[in-house]
Amino acid sequence: MNDRMIKEHVETLLKKDRRLDGRKLTEYRKPISVESGFIETAEGSARVIIGDTEVLVGVKMGVETPYPDTPNKGNLMVNAELTPLSSPEFESGPPGIQSIELARVIDRAIRESKFIDSEKLCIEEGEKVWSVMVDISPVNDAGNLFDAGALGAIAALKSARFPGYDGERVDYKKHTDKKLPLRKTPISVTVHKIGDKLIVDPISDEEKSSDARLTVVHREDGKMCALQKGGTMPLSSDDIAKMIDLGIEKGKELAKALE
Amino acid sequence: MGKLIVKEKEVVVPGEDLAEGMDYLPGDGCYRDKEKVRAGRLGLVKIGGRLIKLLPLSGKYLPKKNDIIIGKVIEIAMMGWRIDTNSAYSAMLPLRDATSEYIARGANLSQYYSIGDYVVAKVTNVTSQNLVDLTMKGPGLFKLKPGRIIKVQPSKVPRIIGKSGSMVGMIKDATNSKIMVGQNGIAWIDASPEMELVVVDAIRMIEKYSHIDGLTDKVKEFLDKAVKKDGK
Repeated sequence: MNDRMIKEHVETLLKKDRRLDGRKLTEYRKPISVESGFIETAEGSARVIIGDTEVLVGVKMGVETPYPDTPNKGNLMVNAELTPLSSPEFESGPPGIQSIELARVIDRAIRESKFIDSEKLCIEEGEKVWSVMVDISPVNDAGNLFDAGALGAIAALKSARFPGYDGERVDYKKHTDKKLPLRKTPISVTVHKIGDKLIVDPISDEEKSSDARLTVVHREDGKMCALQKGGTMPLSSDDIAKMIDLGIEKGKELAKALE
Repeated sequence: MGKLIVKEKEVVVPGEDLAEGMDYLPGDGCYRDKEKVRAGRLGLVKIGGRLIKLLPLSGKYLPKKNDIIIGKVIEIAMMGWRIDTNSAYSAMLPLRDATSEYIARGANLSQYYSIGDYVVAKVTNVTSQNLVDLTMKGPGLFKLKPGRIIKVQPSKVPRIIGKSGSMVGMIKDATNSKIMVGQNGIAWIDASPEMELVVVDAIRMIEKYSHIDGLTDKVKEFLDKAVKKDGK
């Protein structure tokens, strides 16, 4: 918070096209690792590691009544909890603005890309639908939770299997082979603007120095599905065009990590 | 009779038994639990006669009198500045110890040190309640220019500095940079963009291999290689 010296230094380095850890401006940390099926008790799960950032994502499924405006569609809930374990800056207690935004951006990525074919989650119209709950918990926040969280959520949804269901009760001890009905994969890339430079995959110190950020979500077929702007500095339409191009280009790398 | 359970220089974890019986005394980082002496933190065992001590391998900084630290200004108060010391306790830099200049009554204090500035300061006093006082009067105490700030483990600071500054001096000479390391685990680096990363890597290397013999040679080798590579 308000670390003026770090921000000044990040900016001086960026003017010479250099970053704190020696990476190029548009280079992700390595290795990017995605491990699915990490938690046995969850229906789906994934552990994502990008550099020192580590995120665990779990997917739980249950049968619930649908929302009145979407009687034939399954429910999706995304929740993120920024645990004190993952960063000295996070406190326990009710969710703060950061965790709410993280959850909403990832929720939007999944929802607006129509990743889950939610009509196929309907069991009985207006009465019973499958509800998918995605929980994101960072284990270590070394920056860029947005991309790591989204990547984890997508990998966890891909690995998810329905629990046993006999029409009345869900049996979580039973695992079926039935996968979630999924469509084309969305990829989320967050581009940060510091000074007049654009970077991807910031580490914590760079995140603190960020003037503006834009989370770009696109599908593997190249269709844009969601944007989220953050930070205090306004962005020109030229900036946004550049950031989207960069997001789509870098998305290919992340898609590779998903296999 | 008392029995020693661990050997000299052994790595122990908190709660581990170190010795049995009243013949041994718990020193720094150890405590007595009835008949036993136990470790209170992660560290290396050091035995001096009957006294068992631990050299900590990790842990937060605790302010100590006469330490030279690097702190960050977090608040301007009526009578001075509040400084973050990278520990659980923030420190106070009172007006009279802040600078050798004369500060007029009602002066704008941010012209001396403003929020977000980093300063090299000395701990003048730590009370039993852990209220910390600092001074900026003295040789080698000043406000830092813009540069790279990194955090290192406070327990590794003596190794990073080396015997009378030999280790940090070697890095400075090899990379032609300025480095300040505070006892509280904050280091400030002013180097060319090419060399900055070499300095950071060298410091990280010292942190990682601090308990290994021949560290100086290892760091020297690393520096020679890194500097040569970047020089080309």
